[in-house]
Formats: sequence, C-alpha cells, structure tokens
Amino acid sequence: MRSANRPLSPHIQIYRWQLTSVLSILHRAAGVTLSAGAILLVWWLVAAASGPDAYEGVADFLGSWFGILLLFVWTLSLFYHLCNGIRHLVWDTSHGLDLKSTYVGGWLVVGGTAALTLIAWIAGIASWAS
Amino acid sequence: MAVTRMRSPLGRAIGLGSAKEGVEHWWLQRITAVALVPLSLWFVIAIIRLVGADSDGVRDWVGNPLPAIMLVLLLIATFYHAALGLQVVIEDYIHAELTKLGLVVVVRLGCFALAVAGMFAVLSMAVATSS
Repeated sequence: MRSANRPLSPHIQIYRWQLTSVLSILHRAAGVTLSAGAILLVWWLVAAASGPDAYEGVADFLGSWFGILLLFVWTLSLFYHLCNGIRHLVWDTSHGLDLKSTYVGGWLVVGGTAALTLIAWIAGIASWAS
Repeated sequence: MAVTRMRSPLGRAIGLGSAKEGVEHWWLQRITAVALVPLSLWFVIAIIRLVGADSDGVRDWVGNPLPAIMLVLLLIATFYHAALGLQVVIEDYIHAELTKLGLVVVVRLGCFALAVAGMFAVLSMAVATSS
C-alpha cells in the first residue's frame, strides 16, 4: 500500500536539535555500529582458534591506524549504548520521565560515556606499554 | 466496548490482537540488555588485559573456564540483542514490504550464524587447551 507522499513526523529538517532527540538517534546509531563491531569479535575469535597465521592477520588489521580508529569508535559506541541503555531501563520502570530528569540523565550519559572511554583507552595504552 | 465483544472468548483471553504476538520482543530485548551490562564491562576489562597478546596468549586465556563461559554468554546475549534491535531499526525505516522482510531474514540468519561461529571458536580453543 502506497500512501501519498506526505512528510513523515518528526520533521527533522525543521526541528531544532535538542539533547533528548540527539541522544535517542545516537542510541540507534551506536547499536548498529556495535552490531557491525560484533562481526569483528567473531572474526577475532575464529582467527585465534585457527592459528598464529590467521591471528596475525587480525592483529595487524587492528593495530593499523584504521583498526585503531574502528576500536575507538567501537569503545565509544559501547559505552554510550551501555550508559544510555541503563537510562532506558530506568525509564522502563516508569521513573525519570519528566523533562528535567531526561536532561539530567542525558548529560550523565554523555559524561559517563566520555569518562569510561577515556579510562578504557588509558588502561589499554598502559597495558600495551607494559 | 463493541470491539471487544466481537472477539471470541479465547481471543480475548490471549489478548494478542491481529499482530499475533505479545511483549516477547520487547521483554527479550530488556533481558538481554540487563545481561549485557556485566558481560560487556567484563569483556572490555578482559580485552584491555589482552592488548598485545599473540594467538597463544589468547588461546591460553580462552582455555580457562571462566573466560570461555563468559565469552559464550556474551556471544548469545550480543547476537540476540543485535537481532532484535536491528529488526526494530529495519521495521522503522524500510517501508517496502519485500525489502523489509528480506532484511529481517538476513539479520536473523546472520546473527545466528555469527553466534554459532563465535561459540565454536571459543569451545574449540577451550577444549584444545584443557586436553
């Protein structure tokens, strides 16, 4: 069934950007990114099970600038989806749904994501250097 | 209400309506989400400790019971959660019926295949090291 070519709500072209809607769309984007990243996890596991040659291929890829970029985006997406996912679980208990709480929770998620990503990379670099 | 009276007693008791399903999708999305909170945090910490390891290092690590069990749980929860989430994204943005159906099938089968591949890799390393 094909309906008339009406504009769909929300009218994102004319909407003012706001924290709540940006975080909402980022939650989906992070989820899709993590799904792609899960392929990387399986590739890594299968390569490790296959032997040193196959593993070296994955290790070289992940150690390249592009691999490190992917790992950074993956970490950022993971911590964001994790923090915002907890925010969603709180909402599911019908708590924190008023306007003020959605903004407080939203900024907590932004701060938590930045902090956890930073900690993970500092720990990762320290582990690599040792 | 006239609408409820038109349904059979059994239909009313089951209460699923024309969608033929209830809250399973929503509920499983939440259960896997709760499971993924500790599992993903464990995984990040484990990976940080493995930075720079060669394949022997990874095999030795997966050879321990706890990492092997946690990895299998992580794979199950991750791909279950991903299949459900990606399905919602597809259903929200793809409106051509056949494309939507095809993509949902591809996502479901892909997630299942990747989960099986990952679990097989983990189990083969776990068994190889313990024997």
